[in-house]
Amino acid sequence: MVRKLIIIGSGPAGYTAAVYAARAELKPLVLAGEKSGGQLMNTGVVENWPGAGEGVMGPELMIEMRQQAVKFGAEMVDKQVTKVDLSQRPFKVWIGEEMHEAEAVIIAIGAESVMSGVPGEKELLGRGVATCAVCDAPFYKGKITYVIGGGDAAAEDALALTKHAKEVYLVHRRGELRASKIMVKRVKENEKIKILWNTELKEVIGKDKVEKIKVKDNQSGEERELVADGVFLAIGHKPATVMFKNQLTLDEKGYIKVSMEYPAVTQTNIQGVFAAGDVVDYRYKQAVTAAGMGCQAALDAEKWLEVINN
Amino acid sequence: MAAVILTDKDFEEKVEKNQGVVMVDFYADWCGPCKMAAPIIEELSDEYKGKVVVAKMDVDANQQTTGKFGIMSIPTMIIFKAGKEVERMSGFTGKEGYVKLIKKALGEA
Repeated sequence: MVRKLIIIGSGPAGYTAAVYAARAELKPLVLAGEKSGGQLMNTGVVENWPGAGEGVMGPELMIEMRQQAVKFGAEMVDKQVTKVDLSQRPFKVWIGEEMHEAEAVIIAIGAESVMSGVPGEKELLGRGVATCAVCDAPFYKGKITYVIGGGDAAAEDALALTKHAKEVYLVHRRGELRASKIMVKRVKENEKIKILWNTELKEVIGKDKVEKIKVKDNQSGEERELVADGVFLAIGHKPATVMFKNQLTLDEKGYIKVSMEYPAVTQTNIQGVFAAGDVVDYRYKQAVTAAGMGCQAALDAEKWLEVINN
Repeated sequence: MAAVILTDKDFEEKVEKNQGVVMVDFYADWCGPCKMAAPIIEELSDEYKGKVVVAKMDVDANQQTTGKFGIMSIPTMIIFKAGKEVERMSGFTGKEGYVKLIKKALGEA
């Protein structure tokens, strides 16, 4: 069976595309991945989702978006896409051995968190090294914690930790934070958070759990070891586009290039293949911008399907 | 069969004295990735019925056991064989990751 539309991904872009495509009666198949829901599944309160003045929990927002798409007829499969062939129509998408075909594809697979790659990080993951501060902060009651990064995610992690930990340090390799102004202000006004500027994580040390970290001051070159119970990684994200290499035009950082031109701003270099959200966006990376692009991609796909079927 | 709900009180009896294979999902209600794992845990409890006892423990309500096993990240899955920890995995890995862990513990991998 050749479907009209396959959507790959399940963050705000993928689910919004699914809502719109389902309402347009395209019966989209959403390949949501094993870890469906995207990055918001690892966050706490989202304060900048328009209409949710009291804030909304990230995971709840995503579960609701998904249900909304299902209500209008989107089909969800929580499996990981392993291969695509976009060289001819219908486009082919594989989940292991299982192959699906569609006349149009929306790629909204998002970005994945970057690990630091330093020694000890992998070995001590879940034993003091963590990637979800909102999940794990309560385990650090009275403990010494370090957050690695300087963006909004790092700021949110540091603030979440202040409610539990004894000491919270933000380790950032630059001399200023790239987080939004409101988050920077909250971090700086919080007496519990101390920022280690121009500092890089070099090693996580510990036998069965994190005991120390080694950091390097990148101005003086000086290295030192600090006693630590927890290390929270919030370095950043990279687009999950390895699978699309050699098929779609990517930029030098691996983001999928889209036309950015009317009447189909989400069009990739292949007609009928659209992309939306963090897989495209190296600049804004917000739930609401991703959702907006997801909507555009669905409308672009709908238009494209009309054209080829007439 | 639904996943077995464990507490500090019955952990010893249901896990440490169990001579078979038990997988325990340490979770909390406020954790997004745990919510995604929950339905998968239920599926696994059906799929491995008779081979593996699939159980879950709310870390907030059961801090004694959580502390004893040094749980510092949720969700964390621990597999026990004859009452001894044999495998552990932190973070939501999707169903595939949990299946791999079970297979490893059962010696099928």
